[in-house]
Formats: sequence, structure tokens, C-alpha cells
Amino acid sequence: MSLNIPQIRADFPILNEKIRGKQLVYLDNGASTQKPQVVIDAESYYYEHQYANIHRGVHYLSQVGTDLYENVRKQVQQFINAKHEHEIIYTKGTTNAINLVAYTFGRKFINEGDEILITEMEHHSNIVPWQMLCEEKKCILKYIPLQADGSINIGDAERLITPKTKLVSVMYVSNALGTINPIEELIAIAHKNGAKILIDAAQAIQHFTIDVQALDCDFFVFSGHKIYGPTGTGILYGKEQILNEMPPYEGGGDMIKTVSFSGTTYNDLPFKFEAGTPNIAGCIALGTAIKYVQDLGIDNIRAYETELLNYATEKLSAIEGLKIYGTAKHKSSVISFLLDGIHPYDVGVILDNQGIAIRTGHHCAQPVMDHYGIPGTCRASFAFYNTKEEVDVLVDGILKAKKMLS
Amino acid sequence: MQTINSIQDEIIEDFSMYDDWNDKYEYLIEFGKSLGKLDEQYKTEENRIHGCQSRVWLHGEIKDDKLFFYADSDAIITKGIVGLLVRVLSGHTPNEIAESDLYFIEKIGLKDHLSPNRANGLVAMVKKMKTYGIAFQAK
Repeated sequence: MSLNIPQIRADFPILNEKIRGKQLVYLDNGASTQKPQVVIDAESYYYEHQYANIHRGVHYLSQVGTDLYENVRKQVQQFINAKHEHEIIYTKGTTNAINLVAYTFGRKFINEGDEILITEMEHHSNIVPWQMLCEEKKCILKYIPLQADGSINIGDAERLITPKTKLVSVMYVSNALGTINPIEELIAIAHKNGAKILIDAAQAIQHFTIDVQALDCDFFVFSGHKIYGPTGTGILYGKEQILNEMPPYEGGGDMIKTVSFSGTTYNDLPFKFEAGTPNIAGCIALGTAIKYVQDLGIDNIRAYETELLNYATEKLSAIEGLKIYGTAKHKSSVISFLLDGIHPYDVGVILDNQGIAIRTGHHCAQPVMDHYGIPGTCRASFAFYNTKEEVDVLVDGILKAKKMLS
Repeated sequence: MQTINSIQDEIIEDFSMYDDWNDKYEYLIEFGKSLGKLDEQYKTEENRIHGCQSRVWLHGEIKDDKLFFYADSDAIITKGIVGLLVRVLSGHTPNEIAESDLYFIEKIGLKDHLSPNRANGLVAMVKKMKTYGIAFQAK
């Protein structure tokens, strides 16, 4: 089934905005995705008609809110095919989820001399928490190197994942380059060596059908705002047994069974990891966002975005002096590029003035930029509401920027 | 010798000729290109202005009781912007620089047009120049 793009675009009110007098062309979906009206409405409807704190209240509104909130947990469980509902932990986002794992699993199970393996293309949020842990526990952080095309070599992974490796933590899709990593193979190699593996799906959840049981990964994390849902929402999936063995993260309300000055007992999963009043409205609207994506069909989305990627790659490649960074065979709808001799920021400013939103800079992946010896890139990232006409506007914008800046 | 304010007024007048920001960017780009390169020896970590996505350096030195600035950036629009600040402030006394009111930034609409990231960079540039003024004032 093909997507009805005009109809989809009508669902996203922001796409009608004029920016600096020009029609907005939003190509910064890697940073965050826009919200359909149903998601905006879900959040405001909850505040207008159903709001109260959840889990504690005996009164009607509290029960309504609790049901809505817990139903989304079930929905997420089905969405990624987790075995149990209580394996779905709400977080503030991907960064928060990775930090949770570093702080709890890392502190308990990773010790001096143990190794944590990431890739050279990771987002800072999948580097820094591990560096912090290594500083504290004297464990060692290693990485699988990048190849010229922005992919990793599975042979390197086989060499670097050893019985010393306690955890492999890798991104499914590179936010800076678009590379899709061979996570099935990485999961198999990690398990063969007795290591656990975390998949950072911040850039994958909006593009691929996910089955965490089939993947057999130990942790799987993503952000709500990258799948057309609210900011400040995210999911940590973990296998039941591992989550049970992990100590709690933050202490506070909701995560306890009993509290007394002689000692406190902790709540069961998933609440053990969910201290304090959460982003209730956000989580409820995340459910709406996931349903929106499911109704369009992830496979339809993927097919259309691939078509856009191929079209944009062809058009951009034809611009003289433009170099694309990240040319792996398996890529998501992200194009990172530079114009010869021109700083990416200058290009971003000129495009912005034409209403075209792209991202410039290091994309929170400084090691990737160091690898290529560049200060940063311009990055256009596409979603299902983008069109080939918008790609054409981008191409015209780049040509104009090139003319002005050369 | 022009005062800081008379130079600001000149820049405001220059910018008032353009309605379109595209033309204003052309102006900044051409201005940036017309500026010389900063000697490599001054491109030090100490002279780096942080808070910008591109690298920006600012070197200040005192000559006959006046403070002179030299700046560079690897992004040309940023170079144009820092160049405007240099044009306004360079060659004045540390006291005049420390006490200056840079109203031209608001008047030409520069701040409104910059991304928050770049606006922060602009604030950092002004701060660094004024800090130079204060430091030399004390000497």
C-alpha cells in the first residue's frame, strides 16, 4: 500500500508554517519528528478532561489516568513484541534509558578490567555514560572502528567482542551517517561471548518493525519524540531476569513497596525503575503516536522513505563539489554532506533563511567527525511527510548557498 | 577617529539599504571575505570563543593606549559577524570598549535572525571583547 502523502501532511499542522516568509521545509527529522494533530490533541484532552496523578488515587480520575498510562505500556509491549508488559520501563528518553542501564546494570555487573564495547559512530549519549562508569569502576571502553563508507566491519566486532566484554552497546542506525548496523549479527556475537547487548534504537524505532524477542537483545531503548510523540518520553526494554537482578535507579515514590526508617523494600517491575510522578500526559500521547505510525504501516513508511533517500542521494550527488558522508550499503533516510571548502554552518544559515530546516554540526557524534577530519556536516533527514518536491527545494537551496558562499 | 556610536550608526545605515535578509547575508559574506586572515600564532585555545558551532578566534592587543582586535573564523558568515564587532570596537580605549552599548546588534535585527546557538556565540563574542576592555582598563 502506498501512503497518501497530501493527506498525511494535513495531519501535521506545523508543516503549514511560514518560516522567515517562506514555506517550511522540515528536514531535521533525525533531531526530532513533528507531531500529528491527534498526538497534540491526546495530550491536551488528557489535561482538559482526565488529569489527576496516577497509581495512588482511589478516585475516578486517578483510575482513568492509570488505565490510560498502563494501556500504553501494553501497547509498547506489543509494538516491539516484548514478552512481558513489565519489561517496558518508561524513561525520559533514550539518554535517560542508557544512563539508567549504566548506573544500575553497569554498577552491579561491570567491574575493574571488564570491557564495554561500543562503535566509533555512537551518539554522545552512548559514549559518555560508559566513560563515567569506566572512571568509577576502572573498566575499559573499547569501540568498533568505522570504515570509510561509515559502516562497521563484522570481523572487527568478532575480534573485539571477547569473554572480557561484559556489555556491547550499539546504535541500530547512525544519526550522523544513516548507517544501519548489523545488529542481529552483533547480538549473536555478544551472546556467544557471554556479553549482554543494548540496542540504541533512537533512529530506528520510527523506520523499522521491531521484535525484541526475535532479536534476543538484552536491552532496547528509544525516545518518544523521534516517533512523532512528545518530548520527555522514552522506553527502556530489558529482559525480565536482568531487570530483576538490577538494583533500582532513582529512589522515591512509586518505586517502593514499604518504607520505614529501619529499611525499605522495593517495588516490583516495572515500578522499581519509575520513581516519582512521570510524564503521564506525554506517555499517553506516545501511545497515540505509535498508533498513528502503525496505522500508516511501518513497512509502507520504510518503503516511501527509502524512495525519498534514493531520490535525494541522486539529486545531491549531482551537485558539483558536494560530498556525502556515510555511503554504507544499508542506510536509513539520512544524508550528511559537505560543500567543498564551505563551512557547514554557513550552508545551514543560508538554507534556514529559505525556510529549510536541516541540522549542521557534529550531531552529538564528535568521534565520527574526528574520523573524517571534518568540523561537522550538514544533515538532511527525511520523514514520511516529506516529498520529492521538498528535496528539489533543498537542492535549489544548496545551489544558492554554494553560489553565495563560494 | 570615529566614535563607537558613529561606526554603529554607519552599520545600521548600511543594513537599512537591504530589505531582504538574503542581501544582508550577502553583505556579511562579502565583508567576511574582505577581512584578512588572523596570524596562525593567535589561533590559540586562549583566544577561542566558545559557544559557536564554528571556530572563532579573537586576539586583542594594546597600542598607544588603544585596544585593537583581530578576529577570524572558519565559517564565513561568523567571520562577517565578528568582523562587524571588530569594526565597531577596535581602536578605542579599553574604557570606551568596556562601557560601550552595542545597540546596532538589535537595530539591524541580527540577534533575531540567528539561531539560539549562533546568538549565544554572538553574546560570547561581545563578552570576550568587553572582558579584554576591562582587563586592560585595570592595567
